[in-house]
Amino acid sequence: MVILKAENISKQYRLGLVGTGTLSHDLNRWWHRVRGKEDPYLKVGSVNDRSAKADSDYVWALQDINFEVQQGEVLGIIGKNGAGKSTLLKILSRVTSPTTGEIKTRGRIASLLEVGTGFHPELTGRENIYLNGAILGMTKAEIQSKEAEIIDFSGCERYVDTPVKRYSSGMRVRLAFAVAAFLEPDILVVDEVLAVGDAEFQKKAIGKMQDISRGEGRTVLFVSHNMAAVKSLCAKGIVLEHGKTAFEGTADDAVDFYLKNEKEQNTALIERTDRIGNQKLQVKAISFLNNKNDLVNDVISGEYLKVRLEIHKNSTVNYDRLFLAVNFLDSNLNFALSYTNDEMGYNLKELEQNKFIELEIPNFYLRAGSYNLRILITENDTQAENFVDLIENAATINVLAGDLWKSGKLNRKGSTAVFPGKLKVVDD
Amino acid sequence: MAISDRDPWLYTISSKRKLIDFNFQEIWRYRDLLILFVKRDIVTVYKQTILGPLWYVIQPLFTSVIFTLIFNNLGSISTGMVPNFLFNLAGITAWNYFKECLSGTSDTFNKNQNIFGKVYFPRVIMPMSVTISNLLKFFIQLGIFFGFYMYYLSIGAGVQPNTSLLLFPVYILMMALMGLGLGMILSSMTTKYRDMTVVIGFGVQLLMYMSAVPYPLSEAHKKFPGWVATFVEYNPLTQIIEGFRYMLLDTGTFTWFGFSYTLVISVLLFLVGIIIFNRTEKTFIDTV
Repeated sequence: MVILKAENISKQYRLGLVGTGTLSHDLNRWWHRVRGKEDPYLKVGSVNDRSAKADSDYVWALQDINFEVQQGEVLGIIGKNGAGKSTLLKILSRVTSPTTGEIKTRGRIASLLEVGTGFHPELTGRENIYLNGAILGMTKAEIQSKEAEIIDFSGCERYVDTPVKRYSSGMRVRLAFAVAAFLEPDILVVDEVLAVGDAEFQKKAIGKMQDISRGEGRTVLFVSHNMAAVKSLCAKGIVLEHGKTAFEGTADDAVDFYLKNEKEQNTALIERTDRIGNQKLQVKAISFLNNKNDLVNDVISGEYLKVRLEIHKNSTVNYDRLFLAVNFLDSNLNFALSYTNDEMGYNLKELEQNKFIELEIPNFYLRAGSYNLRILITENDTQAENFVDLIENAATINVLAGDLWKSGKLNRKGSTAVFPGKLKVVDD
Repeated sequence: MAISDRDPWLYTISSKRKLIDFNFQEIWRYRDLLILFVKRDIVTVYKQTILGPLWYVIQPLFTSVIFTLIFNNLGSISTGMVPNFLFNLAGITAWNYFKECLSGTSDTFNKNQNIFGKVYFPRVIMPMSVTISNLLKFFIQLGIFFGFYMYYLSIGAGVQPNTSLLLFPVYILMMALMGLGLGMILSSMTTKYRDMTVVIGFGVQLLMYMSAVPYPLSEAHKKFPGWVATFVEYNPLTQIIEGFRYMLLDTGTFTWFGFSYTLVISVLLFLVGIIIFNRTEKTFIDTV
């Protein structure tokens, strides 16, 4: 049974500042409408690629999005930053309306776009539960019947009659999520709420999400960067790319498509524009070498691997205070392995005269699978304002299953490390 | 929950819009939210103040004293039989309600962009809650007015209500509609272009002087240039303020023409406000 249907959803935004120029466009648009003509600015507008230079003042954040959601289905929506996920959610939750197309629904939609909306600092926790609940569409009677559960779930019982302005930020989030978790809409829209709170609370929140989607048979639209969460919570998935649907299918296939797609963009590292940092130095190229110094694309689990970074220098930095991190991320984008020069006690000051850095790993102990490299160079400390170059998905290394234990058996796939050790039955 | 494919769609999200999209059913469903917003507005304004709600009372009293000093003592404006102070208090109480409704609703979109940007509820709840919470403040201030009123009645100071007092609820409604309507128009206009916010700041102040608040309309006719006096007379706000003083203090003028003309204007303003508000609420978050 189709509970939600999106037909040809498009959303156009104007770039730049609102000023006198906007007024002339507005007047022109109005003049076209008065004469019964089509909006002249709907024809223009370029594909939403954040890194490319704009050739028009208008941009399509979403273009011809079509999908259907069955009742009780959990749909994952994934995509890079700026792919249009949030815009889609905003349209779904009726915060803004689409430029063209329409969404039809047979159930009420409630969204957890960002929890804690409408909390008033001067009101107490309890008063805010009522206010926030009402904003999210609950009636007073509904909230009343769940008040005790909400307070219990939030774990803020002690502070419930204290103004929210005295709360720690973590407590605010707990209280807000607790209110939202007890919403009972037909369709729930969730955007990255799981990224907040401490580990214990996150576990609780994910558990609640699973209850909602599995046990209670609620329809959920789930937007996240956490591929593991998408895989475990969702049945179906949509991949958005530059405002268009790039893939639609099962959640597992969608995650695979997304990750594969990310990798394909790595061919020309030096041309990547999605770098973060002041760019005084740039990682120009990354290559993988074996113990014979041959270029390789994959490594067998447990064998030798050398990562060579070529650094491009745009301006001078304090080489003595340079910090470098080389991280390996698994297919769910979780950190699997991390090397940092400060922990390893190595100073990079010789980089001043040279341009190559090599990381030698005598035994690459990760299980079979493919891993992404994330390289971070900072100056002085690891504060975000001191980032020199941060590049995600800088390269991919394919790890093949190996016979690490010399047991004649290949080790299994997975993202954990296979660390040397011995197994032995002992008496006593 | 049995929903089948044959069930009609509950609602459709699209860019199309009706001229007036005033969904009473939906607003009724959100009535608890309306009540909570009203409560929030009233409770939170004077949190962490010592005098608390007394500030509601102090504001009009002090303004009336100052008006009496400046306009009646210094400017020697005659208020007829009515004591100057009571005359000013009546005008200010009525004007305050309109002003608070107008300024409270005129930044609806800008002030609430955070919350509007995240969840959906009928946007019109916000200006409605402002109007209602201001109504409660107005009644408190009216109570003070009646306190002084009784005092002046008891000492026989030439004031008395007259039969048009029966129209009192209609006058309150007209003020609410006008403040709300104008506020909604202004808040819609300021989402994209901020020019209007500058105008509201001093415009409301100037409007007060053009609405016969600190002087009776008869004085305007005597002392203003002809066209200004005409403007003041046909300003619907003057009609409200004058009518208000007429029914309570039996001073000034009341005409059925003026009354019905003001009623029509306030309903019109309200309708235009709703239409413009509806047009804006769907996409304002993109331009705010």
